[in-house]
Amino acid sequence: MTDSPQDDLIAIGALTDTVPQSPPTSRARDIWDQFRKHKGAMLGLGFLVFITLAVVIGPWLWTVDPQKLDIRNKDMRPIYTAIWDSSAKTSWAKPLGSDQLGRDNLAQMIAGGRVSLAVGWAAMLLSLFIGTSIGVLAGYFKRVDGLLMRTTDLFLALPILPLLLLAVTLFRQPLREFAGSPEGGMFILIVTIIAITSWMPTARIVRGDILAIKEREFVLAARSIGTTNGKIIRRHLLPNVLSPIMVSAALGLATAIITESALSFLGVGFPSDYPTWGKMLADAVVRMERFPERVMLPGIAISLTVLSVNYLGDGLRDALDPRTRGR
Amino acid sequence: MLTYAVRRLILSIPTLLFISFVIFMLLQLAPGDPMAQVPLTVPPEVKQKMREALGLGQPPLVQYWKWLVQVFWIEPQVLIDHIFGTAFSAGDLRVISWQTRSPVMDIIIQRIPQTLWVVGVAYVVAILIALPIGVYSAYRQYSVFDQAGTFVSMVGFSIPPFFTGPLLIVIFSVQLGWFPSIYDTTHVVNDWASFKIQLQQMIMPVMVLALQITAQLSRYMRASMLDNLRQDYVRTARAKGLSEAVVVNVHVLRNSMIPVVTVIALGIPAIFGGAIITENVFKVNGIGQLLLTALFANDLPMVMTLTFIFAVLIVLFNLVADILYGVLDPRIRYD
Amino acid sequence: MRLKSLMLGAVATAALAPAAFAERASDGEVRIIYWQAPSILNPFLSGGTKDVESASMIIEPLARYNSAGELVPWLVEDVPTVNNGGVSEDLKSITWKITPGLKWSDGSDFTSEDVKFTYEYCTHPEGGCAQLTKFGGVTSVETPDPLTVIVNFEEATPNPYGPFVGGESPILQKAQFENCMGAAASTCTEENFNPIGTGPFVVTEFKPNDVITMKANENYRDPAKPAFATVTFKGGGDAAAAGTAVMETGEFDYAWNLQLAPDVISEMEAGGKGVPVAGFGPLMERIMLNNTNPDPNLGPDERSVVRPHPFLGDPAVYKAMSMAIDRPLLVEVGYGQAGKPTCSWVPAPEAFAYSDVPGCDVQDIEGAKKMLDDAGIVDTDGDGIREKDGVPLSIVYQTSTNAVRQDFQALIKEWWSEIGIESELRNVDSSVFFGGDPGSPDTFQKFYADVEMYANTFNGTDPQAYLGNGLCDKAPRPETQWQGENISRFCDEEYDALHLELTQTADMAERQRIGRELSKMAFERGMMIPLVHRGRLSAHANSLGGVDLNVWDSELWNVADWYRIDE
Repeated sequence: MTDSPQDDLIAIGALTDTVPQSPPTSRARDIWDQFRKHKGAMLGLGFLVFITLAVVIGPWLWTVDPQKLDIRNKDMRPIYTAIWDSSAKTSWAKPLGSDQLGRDNLAQMIAGGRVSLAVGWAAMLLSLFIGTSIGVLAGYFKRVDGLLMRTTDLFLALPILPLLLLAVTLFRQPLREFAGSPEGGMFILIVTIIAITSWMPTARIVRGDILAIKEREFVLAARSIGTTNGKIIRRHLLPNVLSPIMVSAALGLATAIITESALSFLGVGFPSDYPTWGKMLADAVVRMERFPERVMLPGIAISLTVLSVNYLGDGLRDALDPRTRGR
Repeated sequence: MLTYAVRRLILSIPTLLFISFVIFMLLQLAPGDPMAQVPLTVPPEVKQKMREALGLGQPPLVQYWKWLVQVFWIEPQVLIDHIFGTAFSAGDLRVISWQTRSPVMDIIIQRIPQTLWVVGVAYVVAILIALPIGVYSAYRQYSVFDQAGTFVSMVGFSIPPFFTGPLLIVIFSVQLGWFPSIYDTTHVVNDWASFKIQLQQMIMPVMVLALQITAQLSRYMRASMLDNLRQDYVRTARAKGLSEAVVVNVHVLRNSMIPVVTVIALGIPAIFGGAIITENVFKVNGIGQLLLTALFANDLPMVMTLTFIFAVLIVLFNLVADILYGVLDPRIRYD
Repeated sequence: MRLKSLMLGAVATAALAPAAFAERASDGEVRIIYWQAPSILNPFLSGGTKDVESASMIIEPLARYNSAGELVPWLVEDVPTVNNGGVSEDLKSITWKITPGLKWSDGSDFTSEDVKFTYEYCTHPEGGCAQLTKFGGVTSVETPDPLTVIVNFEEATPNPYGPFVGGESPILQKAQFENCMGAAASTCTEENFNPIGTGPFVVTEFKPNDVITMKANENYRDPAKPAFATVTFKGGGDAAAAGTAVMETGEFDYAWNLQLAPDVISEMEAGGKGVPVAGFGPLMERIMLNNTNPDPNLGPDERSVVRPHPFLGDPAVYKAMSMAIDRPLLVEVGYGQAGKPTCSWVPAPEAFAYSDVPGCDVQDIEGAKKMLDDAGIVDTDGDGIREKDGVPLSIVYQTSTNAVRQDFQALIKEWWSEIGIESELRNVDSSVFFGGDPGSPDTFQKFYADVEMYANTFNGTDPQAYLGNGLCDKAPRPETQWQGENISRFCDEEYDALHLELTQTADMAERQRIGRELSKMAFERGMMIPLVHRGRLSAHANSLGGVDLNVWDSELWNVADWYRIDE
């Protein structure tokens, strides 16, 4: 493990030949090649793309309104139940069955996934934006470093889930008016809260990297030819801290999805007539024995999405780390 | 080292005061009414009287000051009284919960054993499982064991407790009838039989929680081991002719434990914070459940005190983690 | 039905095996689960049902209602009436005769002083007593001797059974609570958590919001009761878990108020360890019609204050809205055996209920359409929504956030859209909706919507005060800080006059006739659209005998009679 055969190879190569054996490859290409070797990450990426497409394009392919009540066709089982139980109430019109009011499960899964993923992406992007900005500012400008890092510590000291619950139960109403609709208000609230409580690790990592990179020669060179601070940050520093940002992005997406579902499960998330995966799961728990699919489908959807994102993050970490790349 | 610790401790006081103020103002700004759970048959005038009896009419800053005095001055006195049998706090008004009209601290102290039993045990179990898995996964990187370990910990990471919890209840309580679905907080362990009952009722919540914590810790352990296995001193040790067992278990493991120990320390506040969702699912009425019911009942003194205690613990254990880091790793100097 | 057969079974078992429960504390432990955890055992400091009911096992009132809604003597010899001379002819005082020989659980005597003290405790101006209304109109409580209590009222009170009657108004021990009056109430943790009572059980340990452990009261008046030696009273969790614990896993013996969908209940019942029991009190889910104009363009002093509503005052509109609703389906979806379709504001006691309303339990979309057409309310601009005098029938329909209510909203919205009435749904968090904060625009009192749905009820069996919620001057408005019980702002001179008559009538049959008439007016003159008469559904283990679900008082009113059925 420690003495990899490649070290020997290079050592021998240096003795014999100075011409590269294969044409030079670009950095992106290297990363992609390494990433591709990580089977879990590839599967994760594939699943994430699939689920994202499914919830984005889904409503056009499956045009049933998720809120449409259809009392006559309530409590339908998914179509696959017919395989072992021919007497089960199934229908191709409701491939994943329907709930106790006859709402279509497939349409609800799609609508719920849209919300869950939208919350995940929005919260992750917002948290990355805050974290990276603060990290870069603190690392690059010495004057604000102390202040920003104390703020970061302060936020780290806030108990997150309790605070989240607090904010959600307390501010749901005012925000609902502000956004004009209960869903809109809740969306803004949940995204903001998740972002506000999760940017700190990103900020710390980015700051550390910036501190190291800004002392490097190429930054000095850029500065010496009169490059402005803004340009140095954008052109020279940010590209170099991209890898930790990408990794925290993956982790952030996963936690945001889980947090949203947890809130919905505790009954403080989106309004009760608005499907999200977490809410579907929570509502179905009481009927788990008779209709296991109503718990399993959203549960598996959440778990698989998060799992794929985690694997994606793992693969990214390996691929972006030059020390592991090429092994 | 000592000066560093002292400086950090002193610095944390304004931080905590600031945090308490932020939490207090958040609570003040919020709508909601502690009387909302009182039935509609109680007329509004009576509800208004009840609100006044709770001290709701006072300006926020006065309420905040009262709370500060109660938490920092009266509660410590109560503690001293309790330990030494003195009577400093006689007649002083303590932090009173609006729901129960009893001192918040008493209820918290009542709840801590439940939370420690379940969440604390889960933490210990998780550490015991995670460390060997992490060590072995790193040692045999990319082996089947490593891949499987990675997969299991990823799954543990990804499956939320509100999914595994009800699933376990349906399987083990309803279908098989092995474990109770409702945690009995009055159960007293005094002999082997009662200990077995305690084990039975603990096993499901502990399993759910431990799965999550194991997932995180084993990832840390593995990463830290991998970093160290590549170091030169490992090569030196092997070259000296030390056995693999000694190299891995003594040299590498000891160095790899440094970051892991701090991670473990950082997780301790979360034990006291309870596991809101798991406690809720299994009806372990611990700190997490206390916070949740207090939130829903708009019991502000309870919510305020609990969140503040969490903040204190987080700040404290952050400090502990930093100091541990310095103590364990001689390369790190704080002064 | 089921309840009745079970009761008969219980009686039969009792007759066959009297020895099984003839002895106090011979049946071991009974385990009760309330999914809302009790936070205090002094019902005067908390109005919550969970607190009142858990305390009812320990402290008791002078008289209480049985499961049929009849008043039964509890700590007194008999219920005073005008006939037996216990209530004065002018209806201004009532005399209670305490059963001799009653003891508190600490062994001391139960006297009239304790009763008087309870009155003083609750009416203390700084106490914030939640049951203050129980003592409304009381001028004094006299104690001529240790076994006699005379309650004097300010004016003639045809129903003098407010103070010291029912689970909300139990008697506290003077010796224990003497130092807890007024502002000191909050410092009496020990007293509030361990009240000394006359009930069948005494507290061993109280863990607020978690669990109460109790043991049989050694000084209980009936030497053969209670059959159980200890009680574990667990609180917390959710209704589903409580139902599972009683009916499926058998961990608990009694689960309170299982607000669950009917299919879930029947699934749990299939578990075979316990059975659900339902009882019907006066709780009723209704849609309130706003009699004022909630137009957002009106200023804060006019919105939901000025009359009339642009179209909801038209009988054709609200009658059509009511006809379009399929009440039996609502019951099936939301409450199952714990609900019945109703059109009466006071659905119980039966004698007060306006029953046999034609068309109440059938949906009649065509009839509703015809009624609107006949009234000239038709769709003039072809958008599918009818207009009345140019105003489209477009309503805002609000309620509190709750799964069943949102299902109801969705269903009713659909039915109304079929008859050409458009509705916009809103749901408000229940702590805000019922919170009564005058600064919030979302409270049910402010009623910034055209219609709103919630449930309400009253305590005891006499609906006089409850029917008073329809009086003109009880409408919430800015001058009253938006407080007031007349949520729909209904205002009808005939109604007010008839209610005045009710307050002056002592004859029971006549009171019931007036009560029915008032309920009918509320329905037919556009105060509300009654939907579902909601019952209380609880569950008990098959091995628990003696349960007699009581919706007029605490569910645990007869816990002293509970016993274990040997299997």
